[in-house]
Amino acid sequence: MHELSVTESLLDIALKHARNAKAAHITDIYLVIGQLASVIDDSVQFYWDIISKDTIAEGAELHFKRLQTEFVCKECKNQYQPVENDFSCPSCASSNIEILTGREFYVESIEIKI
Amino acid sequence: MPNRISIVENIFSKNDQIANKNRLILEDAGVFAINLMASPGAGKTSVIENTVMEMAGRYKIAVIDGDIATSIDADRAVAAGATAIQINTGGECHLDANMLHQELSNLNLSDLDLLIVENVGNLICPASFQLGTHKNILIASIPEGDDKPYKYPGMYSGVDALIINKLDLLPYVPFDMDYFVRGVEILNPGLKTFPMSCVTKDGFNDWLTWLNEQIK
Repeated sequence: MHELSVTESLLDIALKHARNAKAAHITDIYLVIGQLASVIDDSVQFYWDIISKDTIAEGAELHFKRLQTEFVCKECKNQYQPVENDFSCPSCASSNIEILTGREFYVESIEIKI
Repeated sequence: MPNRISIVENIFSKNDQIANKNRLILEDAGVFAINLMASPGAGKTSVIENTVMEMAGRYKIAVIDGDIATSIDADRAVAAGATAIQINTGGECHLDANMLHQELSNLNLSDLDLLIVENVGNLICPASFQLGTHKNILIASIPEGDDKPYKYPGMYSGVDALIINKLDLLPYVPFDMDYFVRGVEILNPGLKTFPMSCVTKDGFNDWLTWLNEQIK
């Protein structure tokens, strides 16, 4: 559970870009979080409401876009979402796999008022 | 009027920047550093203790120990022959690059060869925070169960080496090594793996040999 430090980074990033754009207010923040990133939306929201207070980001709405974990089989090129207790390819049973998505955790964009 | 600004900036970018700074500081001083991660009770401190005892004659070693509240682990590292610094994280679930950065200034780095960072016992949070060490190493242990790669893919996919500790307990615990290794291999193909026991010392030399090669 490191959502506090994560939320602080989120605020830093949003404020930095808003300042560069000479924004008066940040209204929305769009986040992309992969399923492997181990971050809980509600917890980020909880800390956000506290730490964004008295900044130009106060009251900004957080939008969480969740990316499913996607694997691709290097043998048969099958793309799939792994089940939780077996990661091997469901079509050819290969273990020669690449992780395509799931590790993402970034600020995609913000919406501001100038 | 509302404006949409495209950003695409990683949440951990600030931590990663400090981690890069740590790496440069360590390299300038000629110190090789490892970040040891594991669940509580996997044997991090035992691995450190045994490693320090075996290597203290050849290298000057420091241990930075992330712990929620006590100094038990640091005391064991000192008894084994290392300099030790305790970071009590006050409940924080992981070490981050900034915590390490502050501690680096408390060490006489020019007098060191090897820095071992013992992270907080946790298979989730430490995986997200690079510290700037040269290698990230995970210690798994037999009693934790063979499903851990499947439950903690973020951790297993991000490390440079894996110790499988408490191998002496294999006869007493239901643990399907093939199932475990298959999960590891999918998440982290070709991962350097060291099955070992700190009690019987089986496999311990392979780990020491590898670590020696890395330091040179």
